[in-house]
Amino acid sequence: MEEKIKITVRNLNLYYGQHHALKDISINIPSNAVTALIGPSGCGKSTFLRTLNRMNDLIESVRVEGDVILDGMDIYHTPIDVVELRKKVGMIFQKSNPFPKSIFDNVAYGPKINGVNGKKQLEEIVEKSLRRAALWDEVKDSLHKSALSLSGGQQQRLCIARALAVNPEVLLMDEPASALDPISTAKIEDLIYELEEKYTIVIVTHNMQQAARVSDYTAFFYMGELVEVDETKRIFTNPSKKQTEDYITGRFG
Amino acid sequence: MIGYIIYGVTALCTAFIIFVIVYLLVTIFINGKGNLTWQFLTESPSEGMTEGGIFPAIVGTFFLVIVMTLIGVPIGTITAIYLNEYASKKQAFFVRTIRFAVNTLAGVPSIVFGLFGLGFFIQFIGAGIDKSLYHGELHWGQPCLFWAGMTMAFLTIPVVIVSVEEALKNVPDDLRAGSLALGATRWQTIYKIVLPNAMSGIMTGTILAISRGAGEVAPILFTGAAYFLPKLPGSLTDQFMNLGYHIYVMSTQSTDVEATKGIQFATVLVLLAITFGLNLIAVIIRYRHRMKNYNYS
Repeated sequence: MEEKIKITVRNLNLYYGQHHALKDISINIPSNAVTALIGPSGCGKSTFLRTLNRMNDLIESVRVEGDVILDGMDIYHTPIDVVELRKKVGMIFQKSNPFPKSIFDNVAYGPKINGVNGKKQLEEIVEKSLRRAALWDEVKDSLHKSALSLSGGQQQRLCIARALAVNPEVLLMDEPASALDPISTAKIEDLIYELEEKYTIVIVTHNMQQAARVSDYTAFFYMGELVEVDETKRIFTNPSKKQTEDYITGRFG
Repeated sequence: MIGYIIYGVTALCTAFIIFVIVYLLVTIFINGKGNLTWQFLTESPSEGMTEGGIFPAIVGTFFLVIVMTLIGVPIGTITAIYLNEYASKKQAFFVRTIRFAVNTLAGVPSIVFGLFGLGFFIQFIGAGIDKSLYHGELHWGQPCLFWAGMTMAFLTIPVVIVSVEEALKNVPDDLRAGSLALGATRWQTIYKIVLPNAMSGIMTGTILAISRGAGEVAPILFTGAAYFLPKLPGSLTDQFMNLGYHIYVMSTQSTDVEATKGIQFATVLVLLAITFGLNLIAVIIRYRHRMKNYNYS
């Protein structure tokens, strides 16, 4: 299969103090595709996700070795601006975390801190981002209401819109639907499907069906190691490692 | 049996405290309300404090509180931001030392602050300024509004730090992470997300500091409060009158202490009303904030 690589990870090791949390991870993340990270709790998949936009930097005592190369640029070893990196690599959190501001201000937050101030321009960005996040029709008449008045699923889509507003190229999603009801989850999944065209998406999920439904590639993590990564079809029908098969068939984890 | 005795003792203690408070408030109110007139609030004292009002003392207290707030609240708030947002765990020892210093500061008797203000601010810094800028002419090297406000600020800074830190801790980390993940810098995150969400806590801290400061007398005894002034303070280097100090003056320094009794009670009533009013505002703000937080989570 023809693929363009967006992120290359080589021999990545991560330590929380003494604890060796990620062990020698090497993986290619293809451009404009959805890569799902699966594995039992504590296997390091969320930690791995956070190495891709250097959110682990916020935790003290974390040490990272190895290379993470985004579009040919090593994000750990070249003196890059973390702030710029995070604009390029957006993130959606497990628990939706809209700011206690209006819907409009939530989406406009990113552009504003980047110096976009024109009212017209901001309005355009907000509308575009909300449309892309499939939320526009539901909120277009209440843009100045508090974001906290939205339902859980809407809040999560708002967070997606907020991330899209800064024009990222990569979207990292950390179990974005784990706290949502099935209907909201379906909406988020449809959305991921659409976003794939324009963005490179890496999603952590505990839900096997979700991984099977939304992703093109699946990586199975276990105890800090990357056990196997392949096309989702193959992982779910004919995995090459027995551990993977045991996990996806529910024999452990 | 023992249970009843303990119950009785606890109830008795509580009743005693309530009795004292109620007695205090009722006495002050009954004795003071007769003298609490519009003239009393808007006129200067006269006839050796036995007549007239307390207007200059109210104004002086007001100015003192403003100077104190302008100095103490920013320093306290910024310190709290540093302790809570910037100081990393690697600096744990350093942070603990600062916290220890802050707590110690909170426990220092206020008269010691007064002496410190006199010795350090007035005689050292103030006199130093006069010597180097005014050729020894007396401007800053004397008790005045500015040094009294400065002394009071250091007295209230611990209050500000503790309540602002509390407010900052109440801002969910999810919001910080959300902002940082959008490419905001640390300062943008603090300025645009953390501080607005902590604003009511900062307000509460400010008001509590003000109400603490408004009632204190000891720190300003040596640093700026005046027995009696014919005119209102016009600059930072002027002395001022003050409600708390005025009560002390009337009850001990007046030519006819008996004759001042009525207006003394009225002055106490005014001071209590101000302090109580400020505390009430702080409680309301905190309550509203709690409701908002409750709705959020």
